[in-house]
Amino acid sequence: MKRYFQLIPVVVLSAALSVNSFAQCKTFAKNVCKPILDPFIHDGNYNAAILTEGEEAELYKTFYSGQVYRISICGSEALPKIQFKVIDSDNNVLYDNKSNGYSQTWDFKTEASQQLKVYIKVPASGKNQEEINSGCVAIMFGFKDE
Amino acid sequence: MKMYRDTRFSLKAKQNLSVLLLVLFFITTGCGGGGKGTDEINVDEDELSQDLQELKSDLNSTKKIFYSLPSPLETAMLLKSAGARYDEELLNPVSNTSKYTTNKKMALNLGIYTTDLSFASLYDQTQTSIKYMNASKEVASRLGILDIFSDTTIKRLEENVNNRDVIMDIISETFMNSSSYLVENNRAAISAIVLIGGWIEGLHIATSLVNATNFDNNKMVDRIADQKFSLDIVIKLIEKYSYHEDVASLLVTMKEVKDIYDKIEIRTTKIEPMKDESNNVTTLKSSSKISITPEVFNELTLKIKTIRKSFVS
Repeated sequence: MKRYFQLIPVVVLSAALSVNSFAQCKTFAKNVCKPILDPFIHDGNYNAAILTEGEEAELYKTFYSGQVYRISICGSEALPKIQFKVIDSDNNVLYDNKSNGYSQTWDFKTEASQQLKVYIKVPASGKNQEEINSGCVAIMFGFKDE
Repeated sequence: MKMYRDTRFSLKAKQNLSVLLLVLFFITTGCGGGGKGTDEINVDEDELSQDLQELKSDLNSTKKIFYSLPSPLETAMLLKSAGARYDEELLNPVSNTSKYTTNKKMALNLGIYTTDLSFASLYDQTQTSIKYMNASKEVASRLGILDIFSDTTIKRLEENVNNRDVIMDIISETFMNSSSYLVENNRAAISAIVLIGGWIEGLHIATSLVNATNFDNNKMVDRIADQKFSLDIVIKLIEKYSYHEDVASLLVTMKEVKDIYDKIEIRTTKIEPMKDESNNVTTLKSSSKISITPEVFNELTLKIKTIRKSFVS
């Protein structure tokens, strides 16, 4: 019994770090990811979450004809390089950053408006089976005033 | 360079947390069946380890889903690129701010005012922009979003009233501040209502600028029809937050809009990505054919007018 109570500081610290990390996500998105959009104008939407190694996420968004967009996806330092794919409604992969050196951005325009899916995966590092790293991942969109 | 610390959740820490929670559960529920108290707890570590493996597996298989609607700034940009003319009469008067007393109305009108602010800014309407920035600030503040526009932001705005890029950056940043504030304070549902308010305002402005004389070959009509894709996202967003009664109350209204959009047909050909190596921009080559009759367009215009009226009243 005694040994479980010795764990209280570990648990409290773990919980505190979790809350702290969550609060830092906005700062991370704003200070690290947003500048990557430059010279595109950030649309102002906030899409960020704490993801864990091995975890996946999906984002659905309509992209409009004639607009030039930049997708920017970045993850905090503790995480491996983030993989992202852009997929159309027929499940065709239009872009995979894995084939482009895990680039954090992709610039594109679409001739016809359509809804696309952005698939994100935080790869498992495989370094240490006893440790799962978590960190902030932000997905941001920019466009041009043309 | 600033460093951002990350949380490293070791599996051992998760095990410790689970064990501790189990211990606390047994203590607080008086485990022991009313018999004599005991300070010995038997934990089957094999079973616990299996549970933790399942937890780890669940963690890895859980998929976070985001539904992203056009932000007020993007909406305004889409209006402008479709050739919208600026008409201040179409905006929600700032004198209405005092009317909004419920969270739902405040959230809807924060989206509406931010779209109006973006629209005015893109047409270099400086005085109107400042008025709508103050209206947005007031509604956001009453919604509990503190410091949406800091003193530094307002000063920056005043110093750059004629610099559209800076103003757009300010709008983008303040909108992100308000969204992230809501999301990080467990009010993501309210953030969804803000986006829906802004989206309806964009449709209100767009549909108001089309009439029988300029319906044919009007880029704005295509842009309005394109909202069929975003309406799908609106409904998914509402379903995601349907546990929140203010969000759930929007579902019937949006399904009525969907009934009209279902009469609009959009056929899109297969997409062929083609990268321009000179500027690194990939073009998603495809074409679409939009079929919308003036009757369906009028029906949609009337529905949006009714919804928008109910939002701003």
